[in-house]
Amino acid sequence: MNATALEKFQAAFPDATCKVVLDSVVIDVQPDKLESTLAGLKNDPAFNCGLLLDVTGIDYKDYPKTTETRFYVVYTVRNWQDNLLVQVRTPVVDPEKGIPTATHLFDSALWGEREVWDQYGINFQNHPDLRRILNHYQFEGHPLRKDYDIRKGQVCIGNDSLEKEIRARLANNGVAESTMKDINTEIMFLNLGPSHPATHGAIRILTALDGETIMANINEIGYLHRGFEKTSENLTYNQIIPLTDRLNYCSSMMNNIAYVKAVESWLGIEITERAQFMRVVLSEFYRVLDHLVCIAANMVDMGGLTNYWYLYNEKETAYDFISRLTGARLTSSFTRIGGMYRDFYEGWESDLELQLRDIEKGIGDSIKLVLKNRIVHDRTKDVCVLSAEDALSYGFTGPTLRASGVPFDLRKDAPYYNYESFDFEIPVGSKGDIYDRIMIRFEEMFQSIRIIRQAMKFIPEGSVFIEDSQVVLPPKADVYNNIEGLANHFKLIFEGVKTPAGEWYDSFEAANGELGFHFVSDGSGRPYKLKVRPPCFYIMGGFHKMVEGNMIADAVINLGSINIIGGELDR
Amino acid sequence: MALGLEAKLGDNVMTSTLDYIVNWGRENSLWPFVYGTACCAIEFMSTAASLHDISRYGAEVVRFSPRQADLLLVCGTVSYKQAPILKRIYEQMPEPKWVIAIGACASSGGIYDNYCTVQGIDTIIPVDVYISGCPPRPEAILDGLMKIQNQIKGETVLEDRHKDFKGILD
Ligand code: SF4
Repeated sequence: MNATALEKFQAAFPDATCKVVLDSVVIDVQPDKLESTLAGLKNDPAFNCGLLLDVTGIDYKDYPKTTETRFYVVYTVRNWQDNLLVQVRTPVVDPEKGIPTATHLFDSALWGEREVWDQYGINFQNHPDLRRILNHYQFEGHPLRKDYDIRKGQVCIGNDSLEKEIRARLANNGVAESTMKDINTEIMFLNLGPSHPATHGAIRILTALDGETIMANINEIGYLHRGFEKTSENLTYNQIIPLTDRLNYCSSMMNNIAYVKAVESWLGIEITERAQFMRVVLSEFYRVLDHLVCIAANMVDMGGLTNYWYLYNEKETAYDFISRLTGARLTSSFTRIGGMYRDFYEGWESDLELQLRDIEKGIGDSIKLVLKNRIVHDRTKDVCVLSAEDALSYGFTGPTLRASGVPFDLRKDAPYYNYESFDFEIPVGSKGDIYDRIMIRFEEMFQSIRIIRQAMKFIPEGSVFIEDSQVVLPPKADVYNNIEGLANHFKLIFEGVKTPAGEWYDSFEAANGELGFHFVSDGSGRPYKLKVRPPCFYIMGGFHKMVEGNMIADAVINLGSINIIGGELDR
Repeated sequence: MALGLEAKLGDNVMTSTLDYIVNWGRENSLWPFVYGTACCAIEFMSTAASLHDISRYGAEVVRFSPRQADLLLVCGTVSYKQAPILKRIYEQMPEPKWVIAIGACASSGGIYDNYCTVQGIDTIIPVDVYISGCPPRPEAILDGLMKIQNQIKGETVLEDRHKDFKGILD
């Protein structure tokens, strides 16, 4: 980010203070200017930030440096064409009174702001549907506030009927009260979930049906909320890596890599070339695995069990292959700040090639079953279509956004780890229907395999760790044989890797889309605050847009096609 | 050599205890309800897939209706928000029924010791077998299944199990 770009922002928003942090511009505004700033960023062609990535609150109660107010809210927006990342921060004087909502500008704020309300108790004026989202509706207090005790669990047994909300949604879709009463078009309410085979986890999908057609839909999530963010505040940076495994557990290592990349970018660490290549190889390999499971499960929903065996068996052998490297099948925890846990083992390259061939065969077999299959076509083409505008407005990223025709991929648009020098393509859909979403995943697997082969060809020799005693553990020989090594080891384990005080956001193209991490550091070895920007969360937020007007059976396969993973959705 | 009644009735009749016969049937045709919430459910998928093939143990008929199942497999983290659902599903299952807690989370809360995670599902429903691991390997899940089968062998059909269980939701 250069100085002229910053001047452009300062000129456009004279009342705000703008500064550059890493790749993003951070704008500090007062609440009364928040709306106009966000609107300016979105509508001014010079900025054109149409993608609201995330909304989060910050509680500065225990922060060593005093701030203007205890609470802040941060909006992260992006101009995907020009790789412009902007964060707008605003102080919240009175959380009860709150700040104006951004829901009329970005639909993704609907769920984003609900989460801030749930976790921090910050009100958003004129938000159409401000209620809890991750925690139970009878939950008392706001867990991410610093004065909420992390162990204070609450037993809630109420059952939220969501009747008010679904009726409001019906009215919003133009289904009048009288229509509902009319015997010929009686509306039936149907719940899928929270525990239902079609939901692949615990999600509640409430629909209002006319016959089989969905007239209105609302969804409830949060059943797998495991307190990732609160737990992280009590752990050192390296201790958080195992927790990141369990975000999107189908592609655990991608989360590991995304997370350490975010920490390293703030520390200003450039990892070794070999480690960079390793991370490319492994994250592309996991992208393939993630898509394999997604498509396999989706096909089962459609009744094609054979596809499941073709695709899932490859994944199964891939797990054993990965456990040869990491020691674990699923939860790899393979990265460390400053490098990788260890280097590839001897013979990895040939094992990898065999595995890739097997995967290609599995995908090939499955594609043969799908490509000219009339049933698959009838069930997926022109079904649950989402336009590019809606997808952007709801904050979609990744394959689901690309299926709607938006060619945004961080690997191309904001490349890291030498992605710009690899030869690969970004498949883009033409319609935004389920067919596109499935086919994009198929194609991405082939592209990822291409990248892996290139990377394995050019991977340099060398260490997988940088040499920096402030970040990386010393070799075991030093720890056991001299006092400096021992002290160094001890300090790093107990105090963690110290990061300079400050706040930053960094993102990564994970299997489901942009996986971002927003950190606040107070200079210690543990993050003061850590917020994940999970791709799934915002995709689920736009689910009703896809299914309304379609049939109930289509909603089931649509859910499979957007690959909702509970760990990442609810954190 | 046949003894007693069997000796009298000839080769075509075998006598046994009711418990033995019923348990033999029960243990070899468990119908699991998979309550999969998180990462551990992926390992259950592996257990069901061709390589590990849970049908070798007669437990491949995965039911998604609790009313047709007699083995509840809880794979994954259970949050306080989810606890009432789990309890409801357990209650909907007809007797006799068994429960396996798969993985650290279901057994004890696992790495999540915080405001939203139930510290072990045995605070909500009675559990018969716990499987360690985060996640457990498919072999471990099969091992847990065999433990249930062994346990069933020693049970009697006349007894009501877990009559007096009281959890945090009761
Ligand atoms: S025990 Fe581990 S793998 Fe299993 S659900 Fe819990 S965190 Fe996930």
